Amino acid sequence: MSLDINAIRSQFPILETQVRNKKLVYFDNGATSQKPLRVINRISHYYLHENSNVHRGVHFLSQLATDAMEQAREKLVSFVHAESIEEIIFTKGTTESINLVAHSFGNRFVGAEDEIIISEMEHHANLVPWQFLCKDKGAKLRVIKTHDDGSLDLNHLQSLIGPKTRLISIAHVSNVTGVINPVEEVVKMAQDKGIFTLIDGAQASSHLQIDVQKLGCTFYVFSAHKMYGPMGVGVLYGQKAILEQMPPYQSGGEMIDRVCFSEETTFNVLPFKFEAGTPMVPEIIAFAEAIDFINEIGFEKIQQHEHELLSYATEKLLAIDGLKIIGTHAHKSAVISFVLQGLHPYDVGSLLDQMGFALRTGNHCAQPFIQRHGVSGTVRLSLAIYNTLEEVDLMVEALKKVKNMLS
Amino acid sequence: MTLEQVKSELISEFELFDDWMDRYNFIIDMGKEGAGLSEEFKTKQYLISGCQSQVWLTASYQQGSIQFKADSDAIITKGIVQLLLRVVNGRNPQEIIDEDFSFLDQIGLKEHLSPTRSNGLTSMIKQIKLYALVFKTKENL
Repeated sequence: MSLDINAIRSQFPILETQVRNKKLVYFDNGATSQKPLRVINRISHYYLHENSNVHRGVHFLSQLATDAMEQAREKLVSFVHAESIEEIIFTKGTTESINLVAHSFGNRFVGAEDEIIISEMEHHANLVPWQFLCKDKGAKLRVIKTHDDGSLDLNHLQSLIGPKTRLISIAHVSNVTGVINPVEEVVKMAQDKGIFTLIDGAQASSHLQIDVQKLGCTFYVFSAHKMYGPMGVGVLYGQKAILEQMPPYQSGGEMIDRVCFSEETTFNVLPFKFEAGTPMVPEIIAFAEAIDFINEIGFEKIQQHEHELLSYATEKLLAIDGLKIIGTHAHKSAVISFVLQGLHPYDVGSLLDQMGFALRTGNHCAQPFIQRHGVSGTVRLSLAIYNTLEEVDLMVEALKKVKNMLS
Repeated sequence: MTLEQVKSELISEFELFDDWMDRYNFIIDMGKEGAGLSEEFKTKQYLISGCQSQVWLTASYQQGSIQFKADSDAIITKGIVQLLLRVVNGRNPQEIIDEDFSFLDQIGLKEHLSPTRSNGLTSMIKQIKLYALVFKTKENL
């Protein structure tokens, strides 16, 4: 059965919003997706009926909140196909997950002269934490080149891998181009040499089925808010054996076992060792609703619909004279980054904004990659399950208008 | 004209526009026609870096009045830059230090001045005020 888009859209009241007296067309899903009512309602329900601190109280509400939070963790275990709840750490998002690994894994596993490999397409969140770590440890950052079509240069990666390589950290899906990286191959290349891997799944988790065991990566990170869930919560999946060897990231409540002034403080077990302080309980619980939302539609249908949107939008956009897509590799998720010859992305974005379109313009927090393509920035269209072909048509018409105004 | 008069003039000009398209066509024209800066000034020294668009700004001071010249790589930003220059050019330092630039809200350009917009305009206004302060301080030495 095909997808009932109207039924899906009706779960997202914000899509009916008027902006600047025009109907909102939301194409900025790569930045954050909208939230279905069930996610929003779940947060209210928590504060109305369940609010209490988790893992601490013996009282009824505390137990209720703790159970709901731990059920969410179990849902995440199945969602990414992890082995156990010990491998699912709640963070405030992808950025914090990567910082946690850079800090804690870096502390234990990275030394002077060691090497960390990233790629030139990385979001600053998967770039700057490694720069910090390398500076701190006297380690070296190596950068995989990309082809003109936005794909990874695997031969270059092969040439970068050496006896000093400790970690390869790359995006599953590029936030600028939507190009899907061959993470299976990359992980395989790393595993053969005993190298650890981190996959930044921020742009993948709402589009692609994740199976961390099959993939074999050491770490996999993503954010709830880009997958129909709330802001402020994300996941660090880590292989238990490695997480166990890593020192805590932050300290405080929840992450401790025994605290004593005369003897050494000891730490809680996984996953709590990495969850100092009161977690974002309602967001975590509502995250589980977002996972249900995705699972109930199913990745097969999601991909089918998004692929249709992507092909349609690509074809329509390329018919516009002077429009160039950055990232033309065939294996892509639902993102299109483009430039219009002679026009500045800021101008294009500002006028589209006046017409009610929400898109992202600029360097997409990936300055080295944008520079590599010799442009000052791009306009990025990032699609989600609730977008329609009609919305794509509206945008193509709007773009023609923008071109007329600016030329 | 006084600075207040230039501002009122601008506000009335914008009141004539029926919709956003007229308003933006006007700004785009200002951007296209604006004098801008020659390439020798589009260097790091004069750059006010924004995440989205870039602005270059120079200033000179003679007989109590400041003359700014500016440019941007984006047409809309450059158009708004021209509007700003219309207001600040030929003024004395104190007038610029005292100006809060809220007239930009009144002509419907508020969003371009949001710090999160990161187009260089917010930093440009800061830089304009900084120039004014420097010229005033130098004069009082």
